[in-house]
Amino acid sequence: MLEPLKEFFRGSRGGQGRGGPPPPAGKAPLNGSAAAATLSVRPSRGLEEFFTQIRDTSGLTILDLGGATQKNVSFITDLGHRLYSEDFLRMLNEAFGADDTVDQTNPGRIEYFLKQTLDYPAGHFDGVLVWDVLEYLNPVLLNAVVERLHHIVRPKAYMLAFFHSDDKQDAVPCYTFRIDQLNSLEIVRQGMRRPAQLYNNRSLEKLLARFESVKFFLTRERLREVIIKV
Amino acid sequence: MSSMPPARIEAEPRGGAATIGKAVKVVGQIFSREDLYIDGEVEGTVEALEHKLTIGPNGTVRATIKTREVVALGNIQGNVEATEKIEIRKDARLTGDIRTARIIIEDGAYFKGSIDIVKPEPVKGVAAKAQASAPAPQVAAVANAPGAGNASEMKR
Repeated sequence: MLEPLKEFFRGSRGGQGRGGPPPPAGKAPLNGSAAAATLSVRPSRGLEEFFTQIRDTSGLTILDLGGATQKNVSFITDLGHRLYSEDFLRMLNEAFGADDTVDQTNPGRIEYFLKQTLDYPAGHFDGVLVWDVLEYLNPVLLNAVVERLHHIVRPKAYMLAFFHSDDKQDAVPCYTFRIDQLNSLEIVRQGMRRPAQLYNNRSLEKLLARFESVKFFLTRERLREVIIKV
Repeated sequence: MSSMPPARIEAEPRGGAATIGKAVKVVGQIFSREDLYIDGEVEGTVEALEHKLTIGPNGTVRATIKTREVVALGNIQGNVEATEKIEIRKDARLTGDIRTARIIIEDGAYFKGSIDIVKPEPVKGVAAKAQASAPAPQVAAVANAPGAGNASEMKR
């Protein structure tokens, strides 16, 4: 399963990121804390689709992998849902080091990381805001995370994930996503980060083949929004 | 309760709050009937049901917390129940499940766990006043009014 997948993942290392500071010595800083955060608001069809599925039922259990932000906490809890927060990228840095993708193949570390971030019972969540965190995982870790997500999210529930679609980038903008309205997001750009791989529709379909359905929305800044039905 | 070095409770150093200083470690149960400021280390349980608990920037609390209000500037590991609100400040870390009426999270704060927002029950006195001002069921209004406990006992 993993080998054919690897061929799909096109981890371009050739170019430099657009619209941001050039990565030093051909390497992008893994978290952009050095760069000043910039904020913009953008419509999000993916978010709208996600909320269409959860806004009419209260008392759902939603997982946010982007870390806790006031806006997201307020938005989700105001809808009457219970929110679980995981700062996935921070834990990724803590488990594997900020600039280390090689060790993401180590089974022991993968198990430790999953225990730290996604250790929940089967079918525990009614929705997951994945945001863009999957981009920074190498294929082995990515597969383990996707498999775990499939396990902890109940069947027929939805997940929202973002992927950059530019296949010639060495680094992509790193964002914090804050829910502005049902169909729009505040995105706070924190700098640039090197993705472990970049995706096209076909590679995403392959990656998410175990899920019931996958719907794509191509949006501004070549960010692909993906709604995944478990 | 044990402490190392011996616990020194400063008298009202922070606007009336009892303080556990940064060189103090407490293992056990803390029940407080006044506001509490923890800048040291606490393991066990902390209850200040009608008061405010502040975890200072040097504070590390591994405990179940039940209080009216929590302000976290340091480190908390454990479930937190606050009837009014929880504030997680910029450099704070909170790992645990939260139940509260209101939550404030500053950018830069770390939180891992679940958040249950529990809307506070309407204050009985206010509800009773509202009912009392309504003209129709006067008997019911009296029965629910402040001091109605006595009235209903008298009926018996």
